[in-house]
Formats: sequence, C-alpha cells, structure tokens
Amino acid sequence: MSILINKDTKVITQGITGKTGQFHTEKCQEYANGKECFVAGVNPKKAGEKIFDIPIYASVKEAAAETGATVSVIYVPPAGAAAAIWEAVEADLDLAICITEGIPVRDMLEVRNKMKKKVAAGGKETLLLGPNCPGLITPEEIKIGIMPGHIHRKGRIGVVSRSGTLTYEAVGQLTEIGLGQSSAVGIGGDPINGLKHIDVMKMFNDDPDTDAVIMIGEIGGPDEAEAAMWCKANMKKPIVGFIAGVTAPAGKRMGHAGALISGGADTADAKLAIMEECGFTVTRNPSEMAKLLKGLLK
Amino acid sequence: MKIHEYQGKEILRKFGVTTPRGKPAFSVDEAVKVAEELGGKVWVVKAQIHAGGRGKGGGVKVAKSLDEVRQYAGQILGMQLVTHQTGPEGQKVRRLLIEEGADIKKEYYLAVLTDRATQKVAVMASSEGGMDIEEVAHATPEKILKEFVDPLVGITDQQTENLARGIGVPEASVEKAKAEIAKLYTCYMETDASLAEINPLILEGNGNIKALDAKFNFDSNALYRIPEIVAYRDLDEEDADEIEASKFDLAYISLDGNIGCLVNGAGLAMATMDTIKLFGAEPANFLDVGGGATTEKVTEAFKIMLKNPKVKGILVNIFGGIMRCDTIANGVVAAARETHLSVPLVVRMKGTNEDIGKQILKDSGLPIITADSMAEAATKIVAAVK
Repeated sequence: MSILINKDTKVITQGITGKTGQFHTEKCQEYANGKECFVAGVNPKKAGEKIFDIPIYASVKEAAAETGATVSVIYVPPAGAAAAIWEAVEADLDLAICITEGIPVRDMLEVRNKMKKKVAAGGKETLLLGPNCPGLITPEEIKIGIMPGHIHRKGRIGVVSRSGTLTYEAVGQLTEIGLGQSSAVGIGGDPINGLKHIDVMKMFNDDPDTDAVIMIGEIGGPDEAEAAMWCKANMKKPIVGFIAGVTAPAGKRMGHAGALISGGADTADAKLAIMEECGFTVTRNPSEMAKLLKGLLK
Repeated sequence: MKIHEYQGKEILRKFGVTTPRGKPAFSVDEAVKVAEELGGKVWVVKAQIHAGGRGKGGGVKVAKSLDEVRQYAGQILGMQLVTHQTGPEGQKVRRLLIEEGADIKKEYYLAVLTDRATQKVAVMASSEGGMDIEEVAHATPEKILKEFVDPLVGITDQQTENLARGIGVPEASVEKAKAEIAKLYTCYMETDASLAEINPLILEGNGNIKALDAKFNFDSNALYRIPEIVAYRDLDEEDADEIEASKFDLAYISLDGNIGCLVNGAGLAMATMDTIKLFGAEPANFLDVGGGATTEKVTEAFKIMLKNPKVKGILVNIFGGIMRCDTIANGVVAAARETHLSVPLVVRMKGTNEDIGKQILKDSGLPIITADSMAEAATKIVAAVK
C-alpha cells in the first residue's frame, strides 16, 4: 500500500498542452505504470485531439466521466490555476495536485473557502495538494509531479516536505543507504495550501506499509508545530524531523512565499524545539536525515 | 512589495479611509510650499523610508511654524535614518511627507492580514496604538482582538462592531470606527495586499477616526494584476543586488557571512545555509537558481555573489532532478572562468547525470573541490576559507 495514489490511480492532466504540462506528462508516463495511469488531458480548445496518445477533453467533468479518473494534476499558469483547482473540485475528484508556482494568495484564499463551503453543505470533499509543490510519488508504481523518478526506490519510509529539492535530498539519502519509500509527498511552499504536514502524517500513521517518516519543514507558519502536537498524542511510528532556515533572518522571504518569519513561534529553532518535545528525533544537520532514521528502525 | 506611507495613504483615500491631509515633498522648498498649501498652525514632517520605527530614529518632527517646517525638512531630508528595521548603516531619506497636525485624543491599532492557520482574513485591533505591536502581543496578548473574515462573505457588521467596541472606541464614534475598519478590509482585498497596518488609528477631539500612519505590503504573486500598485515601487529602497538578481529570475538575499552559496530550490538553499553555520561559518547569501538554470543564469549568479566583498569562498549545492548535473557543471566552469574566480569553490552535485557533471568539473583543470554530501561540502568550504 501507500498513501493517496498507487499503480491503479487514473489521472487527468489540467494544462497538458502547455510547455511544462507536456514536458512532465511525458516523464510521468515513462515512470513505472505511468502509461496506464495518465488517461486524460483537459483543454476546451483542443477537445478531441490527443497528446502522447492521451485523449484531450473539454472539461475535467467530462474527462472524469469518460475515463473514470479520480485524480488531477494541474500545470495551468498562475492566473488561471485557482479556477483549474475549482474545476477539479466541482468534478468531485478525490484529489487535485497543483504544481503551479506563483498563484495570487487571494485566489487561493477564495478557492480554499469555496472548497470548505462545499464540504460543509454536504458536498464531496476533494483533497488538494499544493499549490507550488513537486507533487507526490509512490515509487515503482506511479509518479505525479515534477520530481526525478530515478532517485526513488519502493520501500517502507514516508517522506513529507514543503520544499521540492529538499524532499529529493531526503529521498536520495534513503535510497543510498538501502531504505525505500512508501510515498514521498511535497505539500508546497505557499502560505495558503491544501494538505498540510498534519494531514499527511495522519495518512502515514494509518498506512500499514509505512514504518517510519521523515518530516521536513521550513521557517514560517504554524503547520509543523500543529503536526508535531498531533503526532505526540497519536503517532505510532518513529519520525525524523528537520526544519530549514535556522540562518534565515526575520522579515525576509526565503524564496517560498510561505517561508517568512513573522512572529516569534515560527522560527526554525522554535519549531525544532516543539518537534523534539513531541518525540521527534530532530537534527540540525540535513545530511544525516536518513542515517538517523535507520537508527530508529527496529 | 512594500510602498511608502504617503503612497499607502493615497490608496487608503481611494477606498474612503479617512487620513490627515498631506502631500509628499522631495526638497526643502517643496516641503515649505506643501505646508503653506495645507494651511493651519501645526504640521508634521515625516521621513519616507520603507522601514518602520522612523519616529524613534528622529525621522518624524512636529513643526509649529513654516520656519520649523523648513528647519526640520532640511534636517531629515538626506539623513541616514537608523531604525530597528534598517540595520546599523541606516537608510537615506529621499522623500518627505508633509501633513496637517492631528488632535490626538486616543491611539488605537488596526491591521488586516491573511491568516494561514484558518485560511481566513484576520482583522486585528488593539487599544494599545502607537506602540510596537509585537511588544503588545508579547506583554498583553489579551489587548489584541482578532476577527477572522471569510473572504466569500466579507467583513460583517457584527465583526466591525466587536472590534470597535472591543478596543474601547467611545459610543459617539463607534459607527465611524466601524466604517473605517470595513473600508480598510475592502482596500486590503481589492489591492491584493498581504498586510495593511494602521498604527496608530486615532480618535480626534471632534470624534473623528483617522489613519495617522499606513503600512502596506503586497502579494508579489499578484503584481501582474495591480499595475497601479507596482507604479509605486521605489527601487532606492530595495537592495541593488536583489533587484539585479530578480532580472535573471534568481531569488537572492544578501546576508552577513562570508560563504557565498548557490543552490537549486528554496528549501535546499536554506538547508545549505544552515549546514554552513553548523560547521562553523556563516552564509553570505541566500541564492536559489530555480528549476531551469542555464549557463547564463549560473554565471550571473556568480557575478552577483562575488560583488559582495565579504565573500571568501563559494559553495554550490545542486540536486539534479529535471535540471541535469552536467548542465550545471558546464555553467559552473564557464562562470568560474568568466569571473576569474579567485576564491575557493566547493561543488556538491547529486542526481541526474551526476558522474558526467563531476567529470566536467575535473576536466576543466580549475581548482574546484568536490563533495558528496552537504555536510562534506560545508566542512570543505569552511576549511578552505580559514
């Protein structure tokens, strides 16, 4: 097993005809069971055409109805990305993965509140991963997103992180010392997003095929602390934790819109302290994440 | 993106928020002329820089005559204003705001910002205006009231009422305060702001509520659709190297250490900086080359890092995914040659085409030190600069 996606997942690509969408769809198709997984694309102007043998539909709803797909991945440019997320939600998909970087915060605020309102009114909940994220992968089954597939190995360690290349760093270390991954999830670097650390930790906790987790965070926001508090009370599996940004000064945005220290509690030191208090094995040396985790396995 | 106070007040007026009358001035003569136009007996001469804490640093003076306006404008214009936000070197004052004096009976605090945890818009108010709000939050958190606004609904009458009464606005002025709060909320939403802060919001002797200061920050992801805000950008207030870097789509922030670092990805860049510190040195910068680095981008990144005279060594840390290590290696070699690199350079590369990349570095004949892990790279660069 794994979390969220596996070899049988059927995926719609929104923004499949754009440069980024095309490039990564081809890579995802080449990975493991990708040919079977990527079943539809969406572009109202190119409905009826095909790209890499993938049929293009006019809308997400139509693509889902025709192919039975339950997940979408979004490469739509920033100005239209929030509307693309909403289209996936209105089509009642299980999961929308938004790779797009640079979506205005107000657009994300509006779509997140629309999503919550829909669920409150009894509508089906669509989970959102991202935006501004690398996506997620269940190694040797399916890759949805922009991560390099070849560094991953199938195994029993979960990885969750806000940052793309830092996720790859953790995965690369694990693979190098012979530990494969159940799933690796990039939740994205934006302040207003969908799934958070806590949500992904709950899934790893419930997944019988995940034995331990590496949780990576960054400066800014309350999410890592919230996840740590939940883990303290509920998590049955060992966790290695790292927070990037010990050296980041307050008030300077470190690349990610979300990586900005605004109060006292969202510094790297404060988060590391909370995680340690909640039973995580934390490190200030990101080169030893996998080694530490190996030491925690029985 | 930040703007000046006088620009913030222009925006506030567009949305109907009450502010003192005033105008910017770029010279001493202009300052006196503005004061004459405004009339009255009391004027406030305010330094316009993007940093806060201007009053304490001597950048805000109350003038009781036109001669005093001239005198204070002369003192403030051109000064290096040092505040807790500028750093010890301060920021040069190039613009002034000349405003009519206000009859302050009471100072409040009002701010709008986006709350990540609730994914709502937080409207904050406090009876403790005119002070550093971080201190108020620390010492007396119960004196900061918050209302969380659903952006699909907008701020409600009940919410503005809770805030206005909660901070102790006198009965006669409650309706006025409620209106000002609602207008500030609208202004925040319509301009894609990420912070709108009025400190202080004042009660005047006549019962009016006025925004005496205005601090805005705007969502950089939304700049494409707010050209009227982008027009307010003042490059004099920004770091020249950061502006240069942004032209090449590089995220660069200068720091105080002596190890320059070039990394792909914001999270990995911070992790690299942290590793440098862990092994005994300090990073000179944050630099994320992003996902699509070319030889040209890497060369520009080297040039920007090397402009900093404090840089005594460079650490390149690349996790090749979509970006291939051989591309980066070629970029690094070209950049080292073009910049006649004279400081030690440690390169750590992982991922796609790692071996080809390492071979390119080796074949270049340049004295490039290679490393397999971030920790090893940091150890080597720290040793090399000592």
